[in-house]
Amino acid sequence: MANFLYVFRGGENVGASPQQMQQHMQKWADWIQQLSKTGNFKAGDPLEAEGKVIKGRKKVVTDGPYAEAKDLVGGYLLISAKNLDEAVELSRGCPIFDSDGSVEVRPIRQM
Amino acid sequence: MVDFRRDSARMLAALTRLLGLHNLALAEDVVQDVLVRAVELWKFHPPPDDPTAWLMHAARNRAIDLIRAERTRLRFAPDLVLQSEWTLSPTVNAIFHESEIEDDQLRMMFSCCPPNLPPQSQLALVLKLLCGFGNAEIAAALLVSEAAVEKQIARGKRTLMRAGVLHEVAGREQIAKRLESVQRALYLLFSEGYHGSREPVRAGLCGEAMRLCALLAQHPACASPRTLALMALMCFHAARLPGRAAEDGSLLLLEDQDRSRWDPELIQRGFALAERSAEGNELSEYHLEAGIAAEHCAASSLRETNWARILQLYEVLVALRPSPVVALNRAIALGELRGPEDGLRALEHLADRERLAGYPFLPAAQGRFHLKAGRPARAAEFFGRALALARNPSEAKLFEARLREAHSAGPAAPTSIG
Repeated sequence: MANFLYVFRGGENVGASPQQMQQHMQKWADWIQQLSKTGNFKAGDPLEAEGKVIKGRKKVVTDGPYAEAKDLVGGYLLISAKNLDEAVELSRGCPIFDSDGSVEVRPIRQM
Repeated sequence: MVDFRRDSARMLAALTRLLGLHNLALAEDVVQDVLVRAVELWKFHPPPDDPTAWLMHAARNRAIDLIRAERTRLRFAPDLVLQSEWTLSPTVNAIFHESEIEDDQLRMMFSCCPPNLPPQSQLALVLKLLCGFGNAEIAAALLVSEAAVEKQIARGKRTLMRAGVLHEVAGREQIAKRLESVQRALYLLFSEGYHGSREPVRAGLCGEAMRLCALLAQHPACASPRTLALMALMCFHAARLPGRAAEDGSLLLLEDQDRSRWDPELIQRGFALAERSAEGNELSEYHLEAGIAAEHCAASSLRETNWARILQLYEVLVALRPSPVVALNRAIALGELRGPEDGLRALEHLADRERLAGYPFLPAAQGRFHLKAGRPARAAEFFGRALALARNPSEAKLFEARLREAHSAGPAAPTSIG
């Protein structure tokens, strides 16, 4: 088994009713629970929208990450899968696609 | 249990009390923000044991931040002391206290029912601000277009925001003036749900109406005999909801319902409330309707029903609140009591009969009495008319079954009258 990082971008439910928001949340919870059951889930968290970017030799600190809402990384998941193909396959169950977001699947480099 | 709908309405009531009704839109933004944060967190991690407390706490904190940041620029609730750091937190905490939130929901309920707003708009506002429905959900519940709902909500909110502060639920006269329109709105909300029980969204309206009516009934100044009668009426009707639809989704009328499926606890609650509503000498349409519903709940079968008493109640109701549908029901009760020929005569002489031209239950009642009188061919004619007027699939299924029944009763053989 290898480890993979899912990077979530976009997929905010703009203008959804409380009921729709709850249903959307429930779909995520169900998906992650499913990944736990199959032993694929390792860790995951949402990220705050604000943060700092430190850059250059002078280590200049700026408010960041300044991305457009659709490019903003909203959270990550660490999962284990047999290979990249399986990791991609598993990501298809993510409810982020219902609301126009994306998942970037990145293999974690092995030692 | 996570219940965003209910909790968003609770947060909104408290925030509106705090920020002032003129800042309704701002209060809605705060609720939205809090829910978005909760969604982000609870997507990844299970919600806490008491999600409501978490949401209320988050709303409280955001409110304090907002007031701190904006208090020199914006005007909030004029009667609250929010200007000084010393009083800010304690004041906000007090507003977010459980019992205070219930009172705020009552205030919001009264605010949603100003006499200058049409009842349909009041309903839309109640669903939006007190039940946490989205516009599309309101449209589905009230069977109107989403565009119409948007318009009603926008206009209604402007009226509310102009009022500036939530309607105070204090002072006998102040309450009395608006209590009737609040009761009316809840009655309509319940009826909307009851007559569309086939669809879960619409049956859910009954639950919402009962929850809000219970808030009224708990408040000493709002628990008038009318309020208690309204609550009793809802209990009796809700008790019969489980028996109202067949397995295939078709509507079941009283005569075909399996009475063992009725909810005995709700019936009992209904009787207790009806008893309390009889204190004092007020007799409202809710008392009469509750009385009629009580007779049905008390009867072990259609035949055992006390039709004499029901007819008597309908007579008073017709005088107090004349409406074509009430008159139709009175005629049906009369037919049950005195036989189908009398029933048919009463149906033919209904006042305002033309207003029932599109109402399928008039020809359905005529068909039923003809069938009882041993004229299946005539009955089939009327059931056919009812079928043509059916407004939804569950009504259509009901009338199709009646039509089959009339056909199988044969062309000539009169059945016993009973």
